[in-house]
Amino acid sequence: MADITDLGVAGLRDGFRSGAFSAREAAEAFSAKVSRAKALNAFLVETPDHALGQADAADRARAAGEEPKPLAGVPLGIKDLFATRGVATTAASHILEGFTPPYESTVTQNLWNAGAGMLGKLNMDQFAMGSSNETSYFGNVISPWRRKDGSNAPLAPGGSSGGSSAAVAARLCPGATGTDTGGSIRQPAAFTGISGIKPTYGRCSRWGTIAFASSLDQAGPMAQDVRDCAILLEAMAGFDPKDATSLQLDVPRWEANLSSDMKGKRVGVPVEYRVDNMPEEIEALWRKGVEWMRGAGAEIVEVSLPHTKYALPAYYIIAPAEASSNLARYDGVRYGLRDLPDGAGLQDMYAATRADGFGPEVKRRIMIGTYVLSAGFYDAYYTQAQKVRALIARDFEQAWEKCDVLLTPTAPSAAFALGEKSADPIAMYLNDVFTVPSSLVGLPAMSVPGGLDKQGLPLGLQIIGKALDEQSVLNAGLAIEERADFKARPEAWW
Amino acid sequence: MSVDEATVKRIAKLARIAISDEEAHHYTPELNNILGWIEQLGEVDTSGVEPMTAVIPNKLRLREDEVTDGGIRDQVLANAPQAEHGFFTVPKVIE
Amino acid sequence: MSDYRIQGATGEWEVVIGLEVHAQVTSNAKLFSGAATAFGAEPNSQVSLVDAAMPGMLPVPNKECIRQAVRTGMALEAQINRWSRFDRKNYFYADLPQGYQISQLYHPLVGEGAIEVAVDEKNPDATKTIGVERIHVEQDAGKLMHDQHPTRSYVDLNRSGVALMEIVSRPDMRSPAEAGAYLRKLRNVLRYVGSCDGNMEEGSMRADVNVSVRRPGEPFGTRTETKNVNSVRFVMQAIEHEASRQVDVLEGGGQIVQETRLFNPDTGTTRSMRSKEDAHDYRYFPDPDLLPLELDDAFLEECRASLPELPDAKRRRYEAAGVSPYNAGVLTAEVETARWFDALLEAGSDAKQASNWVAAELFGALNRLGRSIEDCPVSPAQAAELLKLVADGTLSGSLAKQVFEVMLETGDDAGKIVEERGLKQTSDTGAIEAEIAKVIAANADKVAEYRSGKDKLFGFFVGQTMKAMGGKANPGVVNELLKKALG
Ligand SMILES: [Mg+2]
Ligand SMILES: [Zn+2]
Repeated sequence: MADITDLGVAGLRDGFRSGAFSAREAAEAFSAKVSRAKALNAFLVETPDHALGQADAADRARAAGEEPKPLAGVPLGIKDLFATRGVATTAASHILEGFTPPYESTVTQNLWNAGAGMLGKLNMDQFAMGSSNETSYFGNVISPWRRKDGSNAPLAPGGSSGGSSAAVAARLCPGATGTDTGGSIRQPAAFTGISGIKPTYGRCSRWGTIAFASSLDQAGPMAQDVRDCAILLEAMAGFDPKDATSLQLDVPRWEANLSSDMKGKRVGVPVEYRVDNMPEEIEALWRKGVEWMRGAGAEIVEVSLPHTKYALPAYYIIAPAEASSNLARYDGVRYGLRDLPDGAGLQDMYAATRADGFGPEVKRRIMIGTYVLSAGFYDAYYTQAQKVRALIARDFEQAWEKCDVLLTPTAPSAAFALGEKSADPIAMYLNDVFTVPSSLVGLPAMSVPGGLDKQGLPLGLQIIGKALDEQSVLNAGLAIEERADFKARPEAWW
Repeated sequence: MSVDEATVKRIAKLARIAISDEEAHHYTPELNNILGWIEQLGEVDTSGVEPMTAVIPNKLRLREDEVTDGGIRDQVLANAPQAEHGFFTVPKVIE
Repeated sequence: MSDYRIQGATGEWEVVIGLEVHAQVTSNAKLFSGAATAFGAEPNSQVSLVDAAMPGMLPVPNKECIRQAVRTGMALEAQINRWSRFDRKNYFYADLPQGYQISQLYHPLVGEGAIEVAVDEKNPDATKTIGVERIHVEQDAGKLMHDQHPTRSYVDLNRSGVALMEIVSRPDMRSPAEAGAYLRKLRNVLRYVGSCDGNMEEGSMRADVNVSVRRPGEPFGTRTETKNVNSVRFVMQAIEHEASRQVDVLEGGGQIVQETRLFNPDTGTTRSMRSKEDAHDYRYFPDPDLLPLELDDAFLEECRASLPELPDAKRRRYEAAGVSPYNAGVLTAEVETARWFDALLEAGSDAKQASNWVAAELFGALNRLGRSIEDCPVSPAQAAELLKLVADGTLSGSLAKQVFEVMLETGDDAGKIVEERGLKQTSDTGAIEAEIAKVIAANADKVAEYRSGKDKLFGFFVGQTMKAMGGKANPGVVNELLKKALG
């Protein structure tokens, strides 16, 4: 038999069901790979006992002749933004170091209920703020990919779900949870040659997931292919009465309804996504994507989303504003770090704790968010940004009159080297230029690998769909996947 | 609009993040850069546009008035940097 | 009342008062979490992970809290906003776990309304209208204790997240007495509606008192806000102190700074709150964890249909039934009294007779016994029976008093007492005429005086006859027969 850890979610599930291997064998194989892959720095905490415990339960149930749970036999990696009961949860920050939640996030609980196990907690950009994983307090994640030029420069796995992307790409786990606020699932998926979907805002409960920007945050899966994403998303999603923004809808049977036949579908190509200085390789991949869609039977239409260029600045008002308030709770009183200088009063304690506990990018965003909400500036910044957001929503509404899904590149470049962009925040922010508009409007969107650039690094294509229409997004993703036939994998060096 | 060091210090104080003079000095051009960039939003004509209030059309759900939680003091205090006699404790506050 | 003036060294000053009342909404669970709200629990025992603002926790609003605030708004005939929204008020303090309070600034649940306040206790129909600007719903903070440890403050989050209505008045009050009357009336309405228990000792109602002074007729002066004053008396004291302090400052050539102040109940004075930031910047913005709150017709209908008769309407109904305006005011001033009185009316008592009896006899007795109407030893049904015995002539006024005393002592019904103790009044003309004959025979001199024009002596003969009858004779019959006998 081939290496068990080459299998994806569907392969593991089906192999376990057919009796090809036990759940314990799978959990042990992945745990062993995780523990040997320290060089990637993808895992902050390893939890082989959790994976083995769930695996043993699955094996016992199978032995007892019970109907297997949807994810029985599948161990996963969990982004450290999800609170996991009894397992340290830090959002890769110093301020939450040592925090052990006495509760389990709804999304992870849903996964455990479906039979999955946890291999460990995945590194990420601190509080999900970043696009390269360089803002983690616990060190960068190193992408398993390397450039062909032999330089061996450590590359960014994308962010903020960079531990997730690196772990899946390196086959340390068949799938992982991610969260996406402005592209944090899609961009790292694109950088590492895997698939990832951000569902419609409200599909996955936010309860127990550490908040970055509440009106944007959505959890979603990252995995080897589209089918695996569909399987995982079905398990993660669902109505949660504990989240007032959760959608009170049944979870569709996305996997069962997968189809790469695009006949009768119209695929929109937004002209405004043709940005300045975009590498020709990305343009070329996009053209290929259009051809693949046509080949799958789709009609291609050009559409206009005129406010696209304002999405990123609007996002960099709204997200920091929400974050500045969401992160006010990290104050050294009830959990996490407390920094109490000699003779300090309460307010000094807050200031010292937060100065020490937050990394530079987090502080930068808190400062921006505090500023744009402060007296006299609220309307000029925040209200204006929410109005622009409404205009962006209107753009999409108008596009949907002409097409069913949109096809765009996922990111304006392939993975860059660590350190290459960290000195220039705006250059870093521009990574999310294609992913942010759909985030602002809560639309489902996914990235699938389309090919490699001349350095041998993966490039992704993004599909954006109408609200609640994850099925069309997944189906278009599957159509690309079948035609792109992306088989490249990073060679193990770790 | 551009911020000076005094404004940066005021913002840091409002956000309860201790910063040194040197840090304020360093932050000032950086924040100005970002603010200058986001201010391009001012170009957009938004007259007559209502600010977005809900990302996805969805109504606020209300829950029933039932006691379903609490009575978990140990969990509430479990991660406290400092707790005594069932209370969180902080440096003495003078009102 | 509105001519309340502060006599300064340089002339008269007028005081301008606005109140922001925080009223705890009566509910089992908190505004955004399922933790209990009961008063006096062990520290941090009524705290959910949401109330402690653990990472990733989210608010889900309690329908009952919204319902009660809407009903309150309706009771004040205020604008109910079908579309409202929660905002975050951001500041750092140890009693505020989230680092923000979820409140409503931009789009409150309830808009403009008004309260009619009696400005003359003797005449409840003399009223002044105090405007209510808005009512919004928000979270309460936790509690800090400063006296448990030499260098530490203790934090109890039991109150953290309890639902409050903030009822903001217009600056329409012009004297401490008006402010007191407004607070009492507001408290009364809330208790009628059932949206707040009005228990100021337990902190269910607190007022932020905004005070400024000005020369009569001039524009508003700069105001100060005295926070969290927790009794009607203290509110009145705080206003008095703050107004005269401001007059002193202004007459001394100084200026009033807009600031937050604290009231000291021991001294009746206010002082500046130094621990609060000099310049507040709360950075309000819509809470992104919550969607806009939209109310439908069915919800509003239910709120309206469930409103009880309110004090003003009740007072007018009592007056129309023959109750004196003064008694009507007294009977409606507390919801428990009004409920008791309504039960008495339902048991068939005449409104006028019953109101006089309650105001004089019942209140007197309760006062003596140190009891409240809620633990009145006599039920409305029992009282109705007693009043019926008076109305049908079975008992005279003085007999009724005796019977009532026994009822208070024993808890027995009036009929039984009358029966057992033979306290029934008699209208037996034969017996009364026999006693009258004896009285006339024994007082021949007084009879002569009376017949020669000394009318006042008639009372003497009534007294003698009643005495001879052991107090049980029907006074009307006695009068009639005496007049006949004396010619
Ligand atoms: Mg106030
Ligand atoms: Zn308030």
